[in-house]
This record gives sequence, C-alpha cells and structure tokens, in this order.
Amino acid sequence: MREDDENQKDPNDSPEGPGVSRREFLKISGISVAVPLVAGPRVIKAAGQEVRVYGPGKVPMEFTINGKNYKANLEPRITLLDALRDQFELTGAKRVCDRAECGACTVLLDNKPVYACAMLAIEAQHKAITTVESLMRDGKLHPIQQAFVDNDASQCGFCTPGFVVACKALLDKYPHPTPEDIRRGLSGNLCRCGTYAGIRKAIAQVAQKGA
Amino acid sequence: MRPFEYVSPNTRTQAISLLGASWGNAEILAGGTDLLTLMKDDVVAPKRLINIKGIHDLHGVSSNAQGFHIGALTTLGDLADDATVRRNYPALAEALPEAASPQIRNLATLGGNLCQRPRCWYFRNGFGLLPKNETGKELAAGGENRYHAILGNEGPAKFVSPSTLVPILIAYGAKIRLEGPKGKREFPLEKFFVIPKNEGEREHDLRPNEIVTEVVIPPASDVRAAHYEIRQKEVFDWPLAVAGVALRMRGSNVKSARIVMGYVAPVPWPSPEAEQALMGQPINKDTAQRAAEAALTNAKPLSHNAYKVQLARVALRRAILKAASGGVS
Ligand SMILES: Cc1cc2nc3c(=O)[nH]c(=O)nc-3n(C[C@H](O)[C@H](O)[C@H](O)COP(=O)(O)OP(=O)(O)OC[C@H]3O[C@@H](n4cnc5c(N)ncnc54)[C@H](O)[C@@H]3O)c2cc1C
Ligand code: FES
Ligand code: FES
Repeated sequence: MREDDENQKDPNDSPEGPGVSRREFLKISGISVAVPLVAGPRVIKAAGQEVRVYGPGKVPMEFTINGKNYKANLEPRITLLDALRDQFELTGAKRVCDRAECGACTVLLDNKPVYACAMLAIEAQHKAITTVESLMRDGKLHPIQQAFVDNDASQCGFCTPGFVVACKALLDKYPHPTPEDIRRGLSGNLCRCGTYAGIRKAIAQVAQKGA
Repeated sequence: MRPFEYVSPNTRTQAISLLGASWGNAEILAGGTDLLTLMKDDVVAPKRLINIKGIHDLHGVSSNAQGFHIGALTTLGDLADDATVRRNYPALAEALPEAASPQIRNLATLGGNLCQRPRCWYFRNGFGLLPKNETGKELAAGGENRYHAILGNEGPAKFVSPSTLVPILIAYGAKIRLEGPKGKREFPLEKFFVIPKNEGEREHDLRPNEIVTEVVIPPASDVRAAHYEIRQKEVFDWPLAVAGVALRMRGSNVKSARIVMGYVAPVPWPSPEAEQALMGQPINKDTAQRAAEAALTNAKPLSHNAYKVQLARVALRRAILKAASGGVS
C-alpha cells in the first residue's frame, strides 16, 4: 500500500480498530448519513455571480452506479475508484497503480471506458457509472466473461475485471474488431501475468458469436 | 492527496475570477489525467480546484474560413473520432490514437494536453522542474538523463516537452487562444512553450489566472503532412522521439516546409535548419536525410542520451518521406 493512502484514511474507519467500525455500524443500523462535519456548499461571488464551493471537508454526493442510486458524504479529494471500493463495496475495479497507468480500475462513464482512479468522485455525479459487477445477469456470466473462462484468459486475475470492462467497451464500439482495433482498444490495460493471447481469443469468440 | 476546496463555475469569467494572481493556490481541473497524479504525488498541492468542464462554450469543434476551431475541453477521444480531423488533418488523426490509452483519451482534453506538465522523473518526484540538490548542483545534467533533452538544454532545464500532439499541431500552423482578466490573447502555438530559467517559472506562456480556450488550425488542403514517433513500447508509454512535418509543394519540389521535433528539448523544437535544407528540393531519401542531419547538427546530448540524437534523426527522416508520399508509411 502506498504511503499516501494514510492521508485518505479516516482513523475512525479502520477495520482493525476496536469494536464495531463505523462502516459496520452504518450497515447494522441502516443509517446512511451519520457522519459529523458534513457541510453544505459555501456560496461565494465570482464575476458578480454566485458559485458554490465544496469542501475541503465532506460534502453530500449522489451517484448512479449500475442503474442504482448511491449516496455518500465524501471529501472532494476522494477519487471515483476509492468511492466505489471503500464506500459502496464495489471492489471489482482494482486499485493497482492509482496513477492512470495500468487499467485495473477501468469502469464505464456514460458508456465510455475511463480509469476510475483518474477522476474525482465529485465529478462523476450525474453520470451513468457502470462497473464490472453489473455484467453478470440472472446468475449468468456476460458473454465476454464466459469467453475469458473458455479461453483461459486469466491467471492471477488481478487485471481481469479491468480487462473485461475494456473488452466490453471495445466490442460495443467495434462488434467485429480488426487486430488493429484490438491492439488499440486494449492498449490501456496491462497484465503482469501475460494473458494477452487468451484475451485476444476471448474477443474473437465473442466477435464471432455476437455479444 | 491533500484536501482542497472544489468549485465548478459555468462561465469563463467566473473561472478566471476564481483563479489567483499567483501560482500555487488554485489549479484548473480539466480531464484530470495529469493533475490528479501530480496531486497524489504532492508535486502540486492546490488549496482550490476549479473544474472548468461545466463551461459549455469550451467544448466541441467548429469550422469557418479561419480554419478548424477546437475548444480546449474537447477530449482527445472525440477528436480522434472526428470526421473533419480525419479528412482535413490526417497527420493529426494519426497522432491522436497513439497518444496515451483509450481510457485516458476519453477524459483527457486538448487544453490539458497542451498544459500537461513534463514527465521528467526529478520533477515528478519533487525535485522541481530545474532539479538541484542541497548544494545547488544540477541533478539531471550528470544524473539519470536517458530520456532528457538533447537540444535547447544549455540552461538548467533538461526535461522534454511532453505532448505528442503539439509537434504536428505546430507544423499545421495552429494558433492558441487564451483568456484572462485582461482579455484575450492569441498567438502561434509554438510561442506558448517557453524554457524556464528559474525554479518557479512555468514552461508555458500562461498566467496564473488565464485559461486556454481554443486551438485554431488553419485550412490545410494544400499541405502534405505526417506525424512519426518512436517509442520503446508500442503503446501506453511516452515516446523517445517525435516529428511533425507539413510540406507545401510546387510541382515536385518543396515550396515551404514546417518541421517540428518533439521529445528532444524542453519545448517543442521547430527546425528552421531542416526547413531551409528542403526548400526548393524534391523529396527523396537523400534530401530527407540531409534535412534530418541539419536538424540535429546542434544537438548536445547529456551523459546518457546520445542515442536519442540518432532516434530523432530517423523519426524526422521518416516523417519527411511519409509526408511526401501523401502521409502513408
Ligand atoms: C499512461 C499515460 C500515457 C500518456 N501518453 C501520452 C502520449 O503518448 N502523448 C501525449 O500527448 N500525452 C500522453 N499522456 C498525457 C495525457 O495526454 C495528458 O495527461 C492529458 O492530455 C491531460 O489533459 P487533461 O484534460 O486530463 O488535463 P488535466 O490533468 O486536467 O490538467 C493538466 C494541466 O493543465 C492545466 N489545464 C488543463 N486545462 C487547462 C486550460 N483549459 N487552461 C489552462 N490550464 C489548463 C491543469 O491546471 C493542469 O496543470 C499520457 C498520460 C498517461 C497517464
Ligand atoms: S489503478 Fe487506475 S489505472 Fe491503474
Ligand atoms: S492475470 Fe495476473 S495481472 Fe493479468
């Protein structure tokens, strides 16, 4: 874990801490907004007009993730990735580099693939966020997920959720991708285990059958 | 990342008045693909972040007699898919999908691409843009400099200008437009990039309370242009050498040429020497080679980057040949 993670941690939120963590407490009690020090926006004048200033403390935010509404009180510095993982328990998107350099955190924003670590949560409000968790329907894997299984396209699996989302976005844009489309479309995801050949086969399988 | 306050104005004048008159307190947030990384690494620590994406008239593209206008907030992804870019500026269309990755291009804006900070690892690790140790000794000149500048490196700046799109934009004759409290400014894109001489100076001719509003590329129907880049890894990495070339021909000879190298100097590096070498000449392997030699004559590699001189030469020679053959390599 990187040192800077310490900056983002709320000491009261430590899972190792004594007693019931705040997250557990909220789950148990069903309270969604119980955190002190949440302030609404401050209104200031800019060029004669009123603008709202949020933070630096926690501010109420609302998201649409996989078609559902989510609410949380977050500081403006929280990334979309950390909000998904730490607030909403959507841990499919992985935190690997946290620097827009590996693709493990890929999610769809208004149907386009983006790195959730490269975006602030506060900016992702009012957008349609799609994570890997939504791909499985009625207990059935999405065709691209099934194709990953069929073609042995995963080893340690840490890059896999990001790749699956990137593959889905690629196939949505190019249902019958050329090798060049695949090279470019997946160029934003790295696999340390080297599963690239399997992933290319998985894409070919879906492209043939149609997703 | 340190805490900051966040504000999302919806007009240019609001954004400008929210920025401060000195650097350091406030930063503009566009796509965030560079800024958030700098903030996580504590290289930049603004107290206020001004998200400009709510300013609608900075988004999107349009065409008129002056040329093609690209709003500063247009994403690299939208630009790569744009029919006008493909038709009228094919060399830019070729550079776009090679830049970064699809996920980055969907967030990254053209304005942010021009204003992105150098990738120099001394800078990114908190040693400053003109890195020195406690005794005042320059760190990059005799240190880890294999990706650093081979031209324009006489002063303390040894980093290279990071955008791969800028060389071809300059070759096409692009202009940049800025807006600040004192009004608007417009000038050729190459003038936007400056070599800092003292720590604290920026590498852009941008005042702390100005925003980049637009890039304008003049019509280029009579131009033969090409972009060529050399990377260690094919994708998802920063290049070692970039060349952008735009030629106007009279018959089979060069009437005028615009030649710009990237990743060789702290600024995008136009080469009047190479342009001069091509003037009135037909394009073939020999004339392209001579122009490339001319462009690198004054190169002064640092302790570990002499290899870049040859890479820059090759990138430029290939870009010239590619431009002359109609942009296909
Ligand atoms: C893995 C990786 C690979 C990459 N590869 C390439 C590559 O091959 N080629 C390439 O060219 N780039 C590459 N990049 C850089 C990428 O293109 C930039 O990060 C991106 O273009 C920045 O745009 P943004 O909108 O995200 O800017 P932001 O991160 O929002 O801002 C960057 C800087 O510009 C300032 N700024 C932004 N917009 C404006 C404006 N309108 N007016 C004034 N100031 C402004 C911000 O304050 C900040 O200082 C790569 C990045 C990564 C992470
Ligand atoms: S964790 Fe976001 S790109 Fe690596
Ligand atoms: S399967 Fe291990 S990183 Fe890709």
